[in-house]
Amino acid sequence: MSPPPTDPNFFVNFWNQASYYIGPELWVSLVGLLAIIGFVTINALALIYGELKIAGHIQRRPAMMEVGWHGFLQPVMDAVKLLVKELTTPTGANRFLFIIAPGVVFLPVLVAFIVIPFSETLVVRDINLGLLLIFSFSALNVVGILIAGWASHNKYSLIGAMRSVSQNVAYEIPILLSAMAVVMMTNSLNLNEIIRAQDKVWFIIYQPLAAIIFLIASTAETNRTPFDIPEADGELVAGFHTEFSGMRFALFFLAEYSNMFIVAALFAVLFLGGWRGPVLPGLIWFLLKVYLVVFVVIVARWTFPRTRFDQLMTFSWKILIPFALFNLVFTGLIIKLVG
Amino acid sequence: MTINITSQELERRISGGLTEQTFWLNMGPQHPATHGVLRVLLHLDGERVVEAEPVIGYIHRGHERMGETRPYAQFYPNTSRMDYIGAMTYNHGYCAAVEKMASIEVPARAEYIRVISSELNRIGSHLLWLGAYLMDLGAFTPFLYIWDDREAINDILNKVTGSRLTYSYNRFGGVHMDVDDEFMAGCRAFIKRMRKRLKTYDRLITGNIIFQKRAKDVGLISPEQARQFGLSGPCLRASGVEYDIRKKEPYSVYSEFDFDIPVGRQGDTYDRYLVRIAEMEQSLRIIEQALGKMPDGAYINDKVPRDLAPDPGEIYFTFESPRGEVGIFIVSDGTRIPYRMHWKTPSYTNLSILAETVRGVLVADVVAIMGSFDLVIPEIDR
Repeated sequence: MSPPPTDPNFFVNFWNQASYYIGPELWVSLVGLLAIIGFVTINALALIYGELKIAGHIQRRPAMMEVGWHGFLQPVMDAVKLLVKELTTPTGANRFLFIIAPGVVFLPVLVAFIVIPFSETLVVRDINLGLLLIFSFSALNVVGILIAGWASHNKYSLIGAMRSVSQNVAYEIPILLSAMAVVMMTNSLNLNEIIRAQDKVWFIIYQPLAAIIFLIASTAETNRTPFDIPEADGELVAGFHTEFSGMRFALFFLAEYSNMFIVAALFAVLFLGGWRGPVLPGLIWFLLKVYLVVFVVIVARWTFPRTRFDQLMTFSWKILIPFALFNLVFTGLIIKLVG
Repeated sequence: MTINITSQELERRISGGLTEQTFWLNMGPQHPATHGVLRVLLHLDGERVVEAEPVIGYIHRGHERMGETRPYAQFYPNTSRMDYIGAMTYNHGYCAAVEKMASIEVPARAEYIRVISSELNRIGSHLLWLGAYLMDLGAFTPFLYIWDDREAINDILNKVTGSRLTYSYNRFGGVHMDVDDEFMAGCRAFIKRMRKRLKTYDRLITGNIIFQKRAKDVGLISPEQARQFGLSGPCLRASGVEYDIRKKEPYSVYSEFDFDIPVGRQGDTYDRYLVRIAEMEQSLRIIEQALGKMPDGAYINDKVPRDLAPDPGEIYFTFESPRGEVGIFIVSDGTRIPYRMHWKTPSYTNLSILAETVRGVLVADVVAIMGSFDLVIPEIDR
């Protein structure tokens, strides 16, 4: 048995260390995480409402009008419906993987929210590698989709998952390359730093090509029409989430809409000056910009048909990536010349 | 696709190197792209089709047999149920066949009304195809715009026929109800509206780069192939063969109208789209002329007996449905019930080329090609 600690400062040190972990930092993280979960849910409900209403008005119909004012509570009712639905697992499915797949898709999304600066001060963790953290965790998404497709014991699911993986790999590269151009200009991966660097001019002026590439590639990254190949409903029934029901399906849904928010937020941070703007508080400006980008993505979905899988890959590898690379080299050249 | 294998089996497989295999994918009978209960067995190598095999018969109701067990007039409503989207053309064709067989006179006014209603139905059918096809390609919005136009057609036809889908409007010797000025005005307003809308669709769809990439050079059918497989209708015309029953073997009063047969250049799905769009314009022309020339007089020959019993003999009659050439073969033994009835339907023959066309294409193209044939499954199975 080891002797009891004789160091007179032991308890003081212990208290100091413990208070570091249990103290304000922990509370900030905990409250922040809860706030994120709340925000993710409300955001998804709002986006579903927005998507259905925008789709309705594009298609010259009022969309849902029954539950609440102008159908305002319809997404809530849908959520309740999904909550009470039976969770089915197909025979022959790998039960364990099948059950964890929605979680694997959904959890990384929460992590990405931690570093998003809603305003100059309203950010759960203002860390130096924010951009890297978002990219690395949103890449995990693919693993979940592959698990879902594999575990479903359904050929349509598997094809959808395979498509999804190759699509995400292909479109991650142009996203990274176009974001890298901005990072080169700011010398920082901290999202707040990037926003602060745009105090005079938004980067969309300096980096129009990168902005376009980022927007297109992030639409593809979130599997939305015209790039919704993994769940192409005309071909693959519903792709990788064909066999999922109830809340398991809802988690995929939540992840999709939250991912939409994340890429739109990144676009706002990288190219539209984040929370910067006159008169109104930063939070309002940030949300305005984010939902503007989301609006563009939604309108695109209800306007265009779906591309074909091989054309999609060609588009990424032969057009987006070369242009993004060129943009990167060009940016470097300019920085070298000017700076 | 979870495979439970023993460790020895796994080792054997790994030591032998990874092997590639093809697999079978069951597309249908319940699949969003087959628009009904058609089943297509796809033999896939990754996403490429090695072989495709349509399996039909899931909605077989024995219409031909029904035709042999009941009087001519009683079988008549069945014709709407074979091709429920082009119901009016089927009604028209069946009546024309029986009239020819029993030598029944049809008043001119009735023929004009039949042509107008059939052509309205043809436009409605092509519109439905267009909406459903774009939905197959992942564009949801055009469907609802197109539905709006089809609704206008349904409203016009509803007023005179009392139905919106399975009209059963024709009778042996004429039509069930006379048309009024409201109907004529409705048709004229529709022509005006539809011309405007066709321009909108042209702007919205024809030039869309994603649509062109999906449709062009996909599902090529040469004119020789089209003839060999007995294609008909827009599928045949898209391959460049100028063949339309309304022109080549005019029935009813089609010979009195001036209209063109639109043909495609190379027979891909894009051409099939263009041909159908052009056909809608031609149908509008026919309706316009028929409205202008509409004669007065009786709308039905009221001397036709309720219980027809044509003289012994047989007849083969063809007419142009929205999907192509329909053939009716009826044998009469002199009684009030047909001795034999056989239908040759265009969807059935058009489907026969599917296996040939989709060989080697991607799964996404299978949907694009199958959709472009405008298959109506109850018509295939009958």
